[in-house]
Amino acid sequence: MSVLLDVQGVSKSFRGLRAVGNVSFEVEEGAIVALIGPNGAGKTTIFNMVAGALRPDDGEILFAGKPIGGLRPDQVCALGIGRTFQIVKPFAGLSVLDNVIVGALRCCARVDEARAFASTIVDKLGLGSKRAFPVSSLTLPDRKKLEVARALATRPKLLLLDEVMAGLRSLECDQLIAFLQEINQRDGVTILLIEHVMRAVMALAHKVIVLHHGEMIAQGSPAQVILDPAVLECYLGEETLL
Amino acid sequence: MNRRVIFVFAALGGVLLCLPSIANNYVLSVATLFLFFAYTGQAWNIMTGFAGQLSLGHSLYLGIGGYASAALYFHFGIGPWAGLWLSIVLCGLVGSVVGALAFRYGISGVYFTLLTIAFAEFTRIGFDHWDWLGGSGGLFLKVTRRDQIDLLNLRGTPAMFYYVILALAATALALSAWLLRSRAGYYWQAIRENEEAAQALGINTFRWKMLAVVTSAAMTSLAGVFSAFYYNNLFPEQIFSINRSIETILGPIIGGIGTLIGPILGAALLTLLADGVTELVAALGWEVAGVKQLIYGVILFAVVTLLPHGVWPVLARKLKVSR
Repeated sequence: MSVLLDVQGVSKSFRGLRAVGNVSFEVEEGAIVALIGPNGAGKTTIFNMVAGALRPDDGEILFAGKPIGGLRPDQVCALGIGRTFQIVKPFAGLSVLDNVIVGALRCCARVDEARAFASTIVDKLGLGSKRAFPVSSLTLPDRKKLEVARALATRPKLLLLDEVMAGLRSLECDQLIAFLQEINQRDGVTILLIEHVMRAVMALAHKVIVLHHGEMIAQGSPAQVILDPAVLECYLGEETLL
Repeated sequence: MNRRVIFVFAALGGVLLCLPSIANNYVLSVATLFLFFAYTGQAWNIMTGFAGQLSLGHSLYLGIGGYASAALYFHFGIGPWAGLWLSIVLCGLVGSVVGALAFRYGISGVYFTLLTIAFAEFTRIGFDHWDWLGGSGGLFLKVTRRDQIDLLNLRGTPAMFYYVILALAATALALSAWLLRSRAGYYWQAIRENEEAAQALGINTFRWKMLAVVTSAAMTSLAGVFSAFYYNNLFPEQIFSINRSIETILGPIIGGIGTLIGPILGAALLTLLADGVTELVAALGWEVAGVKQLIYGVILFAVVTLLPHGVWPVLARKLKVSR
């Protein structure tokens, strides 16, 4: 498998506070990779650098072999990276469907095409019955799903998911896991996700990368990583992660 | 939209079309003023209502648009139908300078609004000292006979001016409706609601915000041209004043910012209100200086407090039509 996203020695500090230090990892095309670690480990900072919201202080980020570090978010999106926000950022005054249409317009030349495409995505995520609702009437789990729908509507090659399982009930969580597996296997969307819900990580990830204090302390298959002593140490010395 | 609502709208359109043949000159002048504010309100609404960039300096585009066409006519005898292109281009350019400065250097929110005020203010001061355009003493266009129509030079009867501004307001409505349903409309609203999320969806927010400002500025310039040829005079103190900017935005605020019908409804309500208050004060014999403005202000305050999203969203819900 070829490497789709190649993060090479990336660092980022905020006013002297080192959020991410010299982190390197690869995401293979077609893979699902999870980024885990305690709060403040630098996961979202890495996401923001990949998505163009932050410029790395140091290091290189390659997407399909092309350097993308320092590009604007819209340029990164145009190359085929879609993202969700940990703190959801819906277009609150617009309907559910209109939110997704905005994303779909990246690929669709016409508004009615975008509407049709957005409609299928909204249905798949189980928001079909709420398509005409204003976003302000949605619950938080639905808003999380809307984030996924909107990002997916841009037809990304790589989807960045920032804690989309948080707050979902276990049934909803399983549905979303199944959905993500489907778009990964059927549509070939590569996924990089930040997740605290270990059930989702274990079910989805082909590879897990563990960050702690801005540094990578372990990577490997989910089964390997949860037995890694350094990983157990950083999670407050718990015996097991599950 | 149900049939009754379509009927009401069609009837209103019909009344507007026939108005010059049924109304006297006073009513016609009030209606012209209403349509003028309906037009400028819609132009402003594109930038602020759709794209969320609050401008309090739209008098800038009224003034530059008006002065450009008026100067061509005054100095070179070039009619407004040729001159308006200069107005459009100049206002588009000025708008793009304001936009580029703000959006390139991340000036947003109230600071963007301050920038729009600042541009209008220093342009006013500049025009005060520009003798070629009459300076603070004003620029006066030749008044010709009011009973003959010279459409080519936009000289003529009140009815002619009425139809010109009616056509402008109707065109602005059609343009706004089309824009709102197009890619631009979706992108502008996305930027208005959450710029960061919009950018993450691949929208070049700089470019689309610029388009909103330039479109709005170019549209407003035509209102300036109309104003210059309708009133036959231009004073920097008046046309560039912040009062003009505020008059421009009152209609959309009362009617409903970001909606299609809001700016038109707001302009109608405000025009009726202003005249209604004048009549009321005269009828009650309260001819004290400032009392008109006081009543007007209290009513505006009440509307804004009770209907913070404007009149149209509430009315639309009652009529069961989309906003």
